[in-house]
Amino acid sequence: MNMKVLLDYDSCHGHQMCAIAAPDVFGSDEIGNAKVLITGEIPVELHTKVRRAESNCPERAITIIE
Amino acid sequence: MTDTQKPVTDITTDYDIFAPDFVKNPYPGYTEIRESQCPIAHTERYEGSWLPTRYDDVVAIAQEYETFTSRQILVMPPAAGRSEGPYAAVGAPPITSDPPDHHWHRRLILPVFAPQAVAQYEPGTRDLCNALIDEFIDKGVADAASDYAQHIPVRVISKMLGVPLTMEDEFTDWVRGALENITDAERRIKSFRSIVEYFIGEVQSRAANPREDDFITQLMNTEVEGKKVPIEYVLGVCNLMLVAGIDTTWSAIGSCLWHMAQHPEHRKQLRENPDLWPTAVEELLRVYAPVTMARIVDHDIEFQGCPMKAGDRVLMAFPAANRDPRQFENPDEVILDRQNNRHVAFGSGIHRCAGSNLARLELRVALQTWLERIPEFELIDPSSVTWAGGQVHGPRKCMVKF
Repeated sequence: MNMKVLLDYDSCHGHQMCAIAAPDVFGSDEIGNAKVLITGEIPVELHTKVRRAESNCPERAITIIE
Repeated sequence: MTDTQKPVTDITTDYDIFAPDFVKNPYPGYTEIRESQCPIAHTERYEGSWLPTRYDDVVAIAQEYETFTSRQILVMPPAAGRSEGPYAAVGAPPITSDPPDHHWHRRLILPVFAPQAVAQYEPGTRDLCNALIDEFIDKGVADAASDYAQHIPVRVISKMLGVPLTMEDEFTDWVRGALENITDAERRIKSFRSIVEYFIGEVQSRAANPREDDFITQLMNTEVEGKKVPIEYVLGVCNLMLVAGIDTTWSAIGSCLWHMAQHPEHRKQLRENPDLWPTAVEELLRVYAPVTMARIVDHDIEFQGCPMKAGDRVLMAFPAANRDPRQFENPDEVILDRQNNRHVAFGSGIHRCAGSNLARLELRVALQTWLERIPEFELIDPSSVTWAGGQVHGPRKCMVKF
């Protein structure tokens, strides 16, 4: 299954819970807001972590496209 | 009788966040309100306030920063005299700022609190946790709150600010005076003025002898639109570092140790699965979220059927939101590998706790170091544990044996 992530940069307020759940896919920019590290296809082995990142974001700023 | 002495008649219309039972354990009260016909409770005590307890309501209010402003963020009215005097313009930016100033107030301090920036404090935090444990490990007993948790954030913050560690006792006293004491308005004012006066001295000494790579110096030299930031901003941020960075994290560390003392199965789980730590820290933050912040209603509005008036105080009970069964399965249970956890221990929206990454680091390191050195421990007498509550919830005395 193919998976990509979209981040709503306006909604993100830097809780960093995505980076805690899926550190290979989400990081931190200079001010601590989320940064997407894999903009293309997410490798299958990271799918579970990405789903956790989505379901742990308090601002609901992450959308998974499958 | 004062507000704290009257018995509560109906918690949905007369709650008292400073009642001794509520301070000790607010969760049954939050649940009662949340599951009642009035999930946004109201009280006339302490000049009146609203108390939303459902996750969706707390988050909605946090997001509506134009209606629910941060002009005041304490859960009690300001002490008389706070808005007068020479330091009236010193707040605690960006917590006390509203847009448009909020944007630059926050933007300037966020880089120092980004995960990659706070990582440098991990080894020092571990060393200081170990040094604290060295003091009591041979005794077989310790106060997990006052011998351990209480000393960690204040030392980390002092180091970050570049001020001497010898100020620890004063800082702790001032912060408790500002946040934990409701009855003595004079002490609140005095605590605030002590903080401001102390940092005026630090600013003056840096103006005379500039230091390199020092947080306060960096703040003083920051420019916005070609002009140095006002002194009130520098003092306000220093005030914020103390009042928001000390009591809060120390309370979370204390609550988590209180929990671990009573849950050998969780200690074992973390020992056997160290990979659980990141998720476990978020779960502990959810269940033991220490902080309730206030908002001030900007204009008359009906919110979820509640007739809120301009100037009303709304208490953002993040600890209540974090235990809403509509959002979290088995919300009162600590599930260290919980998968879905949109907790709001650090708030929600534009005022998300600026120091959250540092707080997380301190909490994880404090717990890891304790559990490594003292893997087995228990409360000496559960009934002797004392708590602070209202603005910040956490144990103040918590004797354990090992």
